[in-house]
Amino acid sequence: MSSIKIRTKRTDGKMQLRMLIAHPMEHGRNRDSKTNALIPAHFIQKLTVKHNNTVIMSGNIGANIAKDPYFSFLLKGGDVGDKISISWLDNLGNRDSQEYIVK
Amino acid sequence: MSTVPEQYAMTCNRRAFIKKSVALGGCSMIAAAGLLGSSETNAAWPAETGILQQTLKRLFKDQQIIASDKIDIQIAKIVGSGANVPITVTSTLNNVESIAILVEKNPIALAAKFDLTPTMEAWVSARLKIAESSTVMVIVETDAGFYSAAEKIIISPGNC
Repeated sequence: MSSIKIRTKRTDGKMQLRMLIAHPMEHGRNRDSKTNALIPAHFIQKLTVKHNNTVIMSGNIGANIAKDPYFSFLLKGGDVGDKISISWLDNLGNRDSQEYIVK
Repeated sequence: MSTVPEQYAMTCNRRAFIKKSVALGGCSMIAAAGLLGSSETNAAWPAETGILQQTLKRLFKDQQIIASDKIDIQIAKIVGSGANVPITVTSTLNNVESIAILVEKNPIALAAKFDLTPTMEAWVSARLKIAESSTVMVIVETDAGFYSAAEKIIISPGNC
């Protein structure tokens, strides 16, 4: 299962893109409650949103974003059948992507 | 007769000595340069993860950032926990190119920088982690320059 959930909503000629990503977003300063050892940093660094294969948003994300990050953007236009694809890359080199067809 | 080879031997030695010393000097210089290089790169890290002013300088160089009332930050002013604070940034400025969100007192100030293409509205929503009561700063980059807005957030645990 993909780590990304995508939802869209169209109102007044605009399309709101909402995305929820399952990710720990550890900033590297938290300690394990049992062993008291530092939990290594693990956070998303790059987020890319594409609309019909053209990049509409590229973001540099830091560890200041909350766990299981939620982002929302507003696209001008957008229609049924459009393809939205979202991908992320984290500091450990993990990546994931998800495609969504607007209903 | 005997002086010539002696001299020759001497110059040879001197040449060898000079050659060796130059080579050694070169080696040590390279070593020093190598060491210096690595220490410089190590020193660059704290600057990158530094406080707000350093982050601003790194991100926007020495560009002038103008405070603007055309940026709207929707965020709770008093929150019980800073672990998950929703923020929505809207701007009525023209030709917005990027929106950056910074939390002043977090050890790494920059939370996110979203580069938007002209097909996007200047509207961004996310959820922040805020370590302590601090100012949340938003910097909007347009083709005309940089604009900023700030909002003070108070974190008070156990506040009903």
